[in-house]
Amino acid sequence: MADLTTELAGVRLPNPVMTASGCAAAGQELGQFFDVTELGAIVTKSIMRFPRSGRPTPRMVETPSGMLNSIGLQGPGIDSFLARDLPWLVQRGARPFVSIAGSTVDEFVELTRRVVNSPGVSALEVNISCPNVENRGLVFACDPMQAARVIEAVRPHVPEGLPMFAKLTPDVTSIVDVARAVADAGADGATMINTLLGMAIDPDTLRPILGGVTGGLSGPAIRPVAVRAVYQVHAALPEFPVIGVGGIRTGADALEFVAAGATAVQVGTVIFNDPSAPMRVVRELDSELDRLGIASVEKARGCAHGGVGQ
Amino acid sequence: MTSGTGAVQGGALQVKGEVVSLKPVGDYLHLTMTAPGVAERMRPGNFVALSVGGEQSAMLLRRAFSIYRAQASTRGGTVEIVFAEHGKGTRWMTRLAPKDTIDVVGPLGRPFALPKQPVACTLVGGGYGMAPMFSLAERLRARGCSVHMLIGAASESRLFGALEASRAASSVRITTEDGSMGHRGRVTDVLPDLIDKTGSDVVYACGPMPMLQAVSAVADEHGAHSQCAVEETMACGVGVCMTCVLPVRGDDGVIRMVRSCVEGPVFRGDRVLWDDVGTIPDGTLGAANRGARNERSDARDHGRSAP
Repeated sequence: MADLTTELAGVRLPNPVMTASGCAAAGQELGQFFDVTELGAIVTKSIMRFPRSGRPTPRMVETPSGMLNSIGLQGPGIDSFLARDLPWLVQRGARPFVSIAGSTVDEFVELTRRVVNSPGVSALEVNISCPNVENRGLVFACDPMQAARVIEAVRPHVPEGLPMFAKLTPDVTSIVDVARAVADAGADGATMINTLLGMAIDPDTLRPILGGVTGGLSGPAIRPVAVRAVYQVHAALPEFPVIGVGGIRTGADALEFVAAGATAVQVGTVIFNDPSAPMRVVRELDSELDRLGIASVEKARGCAHGGVGQ
Repeated sequence: MTSGTGAVQGGALQVKGEVVSLKPVGDYLHLTMTAPGVAERMRPGNFVALSVGGEQSAMLLRRAFSIYRAQASTRGGTVEIVFAEHGKGTRWMTRLAPKDTIDVVGPLGRPFALPKQPVACTLVGGGYGMAPMFSLAERLRARGCSVHMLIGAASESRLFGALEASRAASSVRITTEDGSMGHRGRVTDVLPDLIDKTGSDVVYACGPMPMLQAVSAVADEHGAHSQCAVEETMACGVGVCMTCVLPVRGDDGVIRMVRSCVEGPVFRGDRVLWDDVGTIPDGTLGAANRGARNERSDARDHGRSAP
């Protein structure tokens, strides 16, 4: 048994495995398949200020080792989330990382205030990279200055001891520049990566399949991109905690992210394939570490950097 | 584990099933698999979500199928489904052999609502949409309801359960679009007369969405309630992916985009905004100001019971 405990920006977790935002709703549905309190954290689906219907269907397409989605941030809005969804996790003793998404900087600030004042929240994930906002120009994380604007605005409202992570997109020229910008602006760490923008065309109608035309690509197909991003950011900012996410299906995949420099990992799309995947990844990560004779997750972190340049 | 959603009593299970048999039935395939615990919890209208392609499959999304029959057993119950080959996932399923393992999640979804009184019921199935109607018929008859079946398909080879229906129902009507068996035409040609003659209070339906829309409208016009098991594209089947939504009007009159996997697949026909499926209708809770309308393209390989 390896030591799986992880210290993530000041928060102690029993293991480094979390659900990825948008892949576990608010935890209740997965509670049928495993004990949500045993996971490092449950990252909730990005919540917005008001209820949101999302985009028309079809909202997903299966792609090789992946999927495209164009959900469009459907959700009940912060009032309903705090009243109905969050308490379920808190009452059970799970560690909720609440993901928030706003169309404006003010909306992020408002959401932050509401979330941090709710008891039981373990961390805040600021989703500045959802590719499904109506106006592609509003993806804050595509631009280091815009990304920093959101984090700077949110920072004063996040109390000491509650970590705040910025969720970044890989659809940029340099994710290191964006990570550095959010670190300088006061983020305690970064979650990376969000989905990549993609699309699929129906072979019969030759028309886009998704109702939203374009969508976010996720699943094992994007894992090499995510590992690269984590590796680059860890190399540039070794003291800046990174939560690695993108195509993790097995414990070995999770360990790949840890070796690249991730302090924690998130399991996303594979949940749709295997609703028990998050806890299975915890067990498999443990056996992978044992197999390699590595005593703890913390010892494995950043292994891939050992003396090798980028 | 406990059920978080309350959608399925006792919650859903994820189990390693084993293929018992795979047999052709007309143009379809009838798959029997062990699924310990799933059969015991199943109620008519529930479905199962199967992973396809094996453990390292590049096909990540589950395929969802109505449960045709479920049999509890001390050696681990069995679940039966009926499917057709539509895409890569179902093609993989056509090659399953006895003893092959298959990852099963179920039972999922809200089942058909049963009438409190022993009333007359008409059960309408389009193609293998007929599959869930037999366990439903059994439950209805146990409650003293009279059961009438209406089976429709494009042709005789695409009818499912026509023979079995004569044992399961007090009356059976069959329609085929090419006239190869029964009445030439669609189920809705004969449904109005059937509702009136049988005095049906409830119409249960499962099949393609246009059929459900038409059945729901006929039921409304003839003073019957309708319970429709919808087909929508699904990735997970358990309520976390948010892909299988359709517009439904709630008790409070508010239109919401609801998940057909956990809030459905069975809906009251008069609550679904059939014309607006594939869109976010104006007035939907949380809709943007502009109506978001989209030409609906065919959902390939992922409809519940239409993989």
